[in-house]
Amino acid sequence: MYFNEEFETMPRLALESLQLKRLQSVLERVYANVPFYKSSFDKAGIKPSVVKSLSDLQHLPFTTKQNMRDSYPYGLFAAPMEEIVRIHASSGTTGKPTVVGYTSRDIQIWSELMARSFVSAGAHKGDIIHNAYGYGLFTGGLGAHYGAELLGASVIPISGGNTKRQIMIMQDFGSTVLTCTPSYSLFMAEEAKAEGIDFKKLKLKVGIFGAEPWSESMRVEIEDKLNLAAIDIYGLSEIMGPGVAIECIEAKRGLHIWEDHFIPEIINPETGERLPEGERGELVITTITKQGIPLIRYRTRDITTLTYEPCLCGRTHARISRMSGRSDDMLIIRGVNVFPSQIEAVLVGIEGIEPHYMLIVDRQGTLDTLTVQVEVSEQLFSDEIKVLQALSHRVEKEIKDMLGVTCSAKLVEPKTIQRSEGKAKRVIDNRKL
Amino acid sequence: MKVEQISIFIENKSGRLAEITRVLGEACVNIRALSLADTSDFGILRLIVNDGEKASSVLKEKGFTVNMTEVVAVEVPDCPGGLSSILKTLDGAEINVEYMYAFVERSGGNAVIIFRFDETDKAIKVLQASGFIMLEGSRLYNM
Repeated sequence: MYFNEEFETMPRLALESLQLKRLQSVLERVYANVPFYKSSFDKAGIKPSVVKSLSDLQHLPFTTKQNMRDSYPYGLFAAPMEEIVRIHASSGTTGKPTVVGYTSRDIQIWSELMARSFVSAGAHKGDIIHNAYGYGLFTGGLGAHYGAELLGASVIPISGGNTKRQIMIMQDFGSTVLTCTPSYSLFMAEEAKAEGIDFKKLKLKVGIFGAEPWSESMRVEIEDKLNLAAIDIYGLSEIMGPGVAIECIEAKRGLHIWEDHFIPEIINPETGERLPEGERGELVITTITKQGIPLIRYRTRDITTLTYEPCLCGRTHARISRMSGRSDDMLIIRGVNVFPSQIEAVLVGIEGIEPHYMLIVDRQGTLDTLTVQVEVSEQLFSDEIKVLQALSHRVEKEIKDMLGVTCSAKLVEPKTIQRSEGKAKRVIDNRKL
Repeated sequence: MKVEQISIFIENKSGRLAEITRVLGEACVNIRALSLADTSDFGILRLIVNDGEKASSVLKEKGFTVNMTEVVAVEVPDCPGGLSSILKTLDGAEINVEYMYAFVERSGGNAVIIFRFDETDKAIKVLQASGFIMLEGSRLYNM
């Protein structure tokens, strides 16, 4: 089953010629309308007109998250503000978020790609979609919502939180499709069990899970505990939001990336060179139809592989494999993006705290936990327990305020956190993903 | 009238207390009184020793976080209500006790309570005025 059979199953030759046409057009557009791209292309000595084939794309400079921050808030927009109908921003970063804008055509395309994604996951018109992704500046909630409506399904815009009510509504409203983070789905299953509700008796048949990394073994666990088919979805606000790529229920082997709108590449994150098909590296995406904020060779920092092998579902679009990590040190904790450098920035703002810290990430039950180990310097030390406890509460509160992530601060003896020459190891990730 | 106490930060993991006492023992530092305050994550060991300077420097050498605080050692009358009378006096003068711990004097058999006050000087005056006996640091260190 397809939502848009013509495009989803387009023969590769036709698809690639469509990509090239769209690529050339977006390059002309950003060169003319976005000063950042004009100067970055000029600096590289490249005019958009030199791109004669898809392979020429690899000569263009990259766009990074830092470029987006530097252009805060609207500097990379390629359309005038009067054509922007929606603004979203990335979650969980200190200081300035990264801002994206959508024209009404961008919203239409996003809705279509999300509708395609629902069908690929096995959802249809007539389904009751329980959308537990957060609504707001985060793209998850509204992205899935518009796609569900375009599909013609009944969407329940429940958003995140209030787990008991979520379970009651799923039970009473007869939800058939669940969209949320994979860890939240397991948390709901546990809560339901504690309430004496058997998740297996709910009408859910499909779960579409994303916004954080997960694994095959988690899929087995979710499918067993929730009695549904668990499908991996990929997206990022910079590129669009949810629905950039999704698994098909037929194969569940790799996520089809909608190539009539995005051109994926895999590069060596150290050298920036493009890697041959099948090799593991950083995913780079060029948006070829976006109007609000088209991005050329955007470095997602997600590590994956890419394959063009035909898939048994009949879709001709390339597949990326499950994300296996990040090429930077970003952590995703309960759906919130956290860079160790942000935690460091919070810690150095607290007088007397040593710049030595360690982040320990774990998964207790189904939820991620973050422990921040901080060394107790002589300056901070007190013979009174309450003073030290106030210190660890302050660390917890400032990290929560700045990053939006709950952590537990643990005071440790000085010099016990490993020092290393060069790049210090700041993170111990004990999650079995 | 003030007594020097050293406090040491201890992470809640095995062997830390043993390590501290080993370091002190090797430096010939004698422990006179001690108290250990603990939370789920860490503890604070408070010691009165015969040579605070030396104890502090050998522990710092071994990487421990140490600080020195002034506390007050008060002799408690050896009769029912002895401690109560001290606390009543302090309460009347609105002096807060941050923490306290007791040990028994070897010679006299009297109990001695170590107090950590929020206002040490004021506490000493109040206790003196009410006739309580406070031990000099030198006496305690060499007991």
